[in-house]
Amino acid sequence: MIATAKDIVQNCGVPRLLFVDFPLGNPCGVPFDINMQSDILESALGLLETAEQSGDTTVAPYVWPEGEAWKETIFTSEQPFLEGEAYDNWMAAKQRYRNQKKEER
Amino acid sequence: MAEPVKYIDRTRDYYLSQGYAKPYQWAHFDQIPFSRLAKPLSECRATLISTSDVAIRNPDGEGRDKRHEDLVGSAYVIPTETPEELLFSRQEHYDQHATHLDDVNSYFPISRLKEQVALGRLQSLAPRCHGVYTAYSQKRTLEVDAPEVLRRCREDEVDIAVLTPV
Repeated sequence: MIATAKDIVQNCGVPRLLFVDFPLGNPCGVPFDINMQSDILESALGLLETAEQSGDTTVAPYVWPEGEAWKETIFTSEQPFLEGEAYDNWMAAKQRYRNQKKEER
Repeated sequence: MAEPVKYIDRTRDYYLSQGYAKPYQWAHFDQIPFSRLAKPLSECRATLISTSDVAIRNPDGEGRDKRHEDLVGSAYVIPTETPEELLFSRQEHYDQHATHLDDVNSYFPISRLKEQVALGRLQSLAPRCHGVYTAYSQKRTLEVDAPEVLRRCREDEVDIAVLTPV
């Protein structure tokens, strides 16, 4: 698995994790940075070859190029994760799921 | 380099402050399966599995395939040979303040995988890649969606899978 939310993935548990310390959305590298994306995928493939036990984790050696301020603000009341339409869509999706479940019963 | 974000703590605090009383129960398993790679990567067939909500643009217009529009949960297939320029994501659950999803390879590295096949690092890609839409039920993921993805992978004789949550 290639993921950005290390604590969530490790809490769940996966056989192998390549952790990329980037904002949620770009686990496989900075958009349009083909060299970095290739390198990240290669690290993940390398982990497939070398991992010896469940939970083996490798950390990709990259820092988000625009700095790390995003780490301070994500999921805070100053900067809600989902706002406006995105929040409404999320709530609507949850409601659709509840309806779907009702229909399945 | 700042410490990784502790999302579990951060989201719990955030949603408590928003008036949600019950903290989210994140998936947790005591036993995690593991199997060693049984053959060299150069003899392996790979696939891609993602929750990035990747979808296929209608080649003759904007917008995604309407068949997927209202699904919540459920596994679906992205044919591996879909041209990269037709793939996109309408996922909203990412850090919209810090980044964007304009490059599909930043969360669904299909072109990068194809390059590894061309280089001989991997033998091939399976004909199907897989998406799973966000479900609000871990039970559903465990009992319905994940087994379906596994079944399709076995049908395609997949050796390895790269998973990318978003």
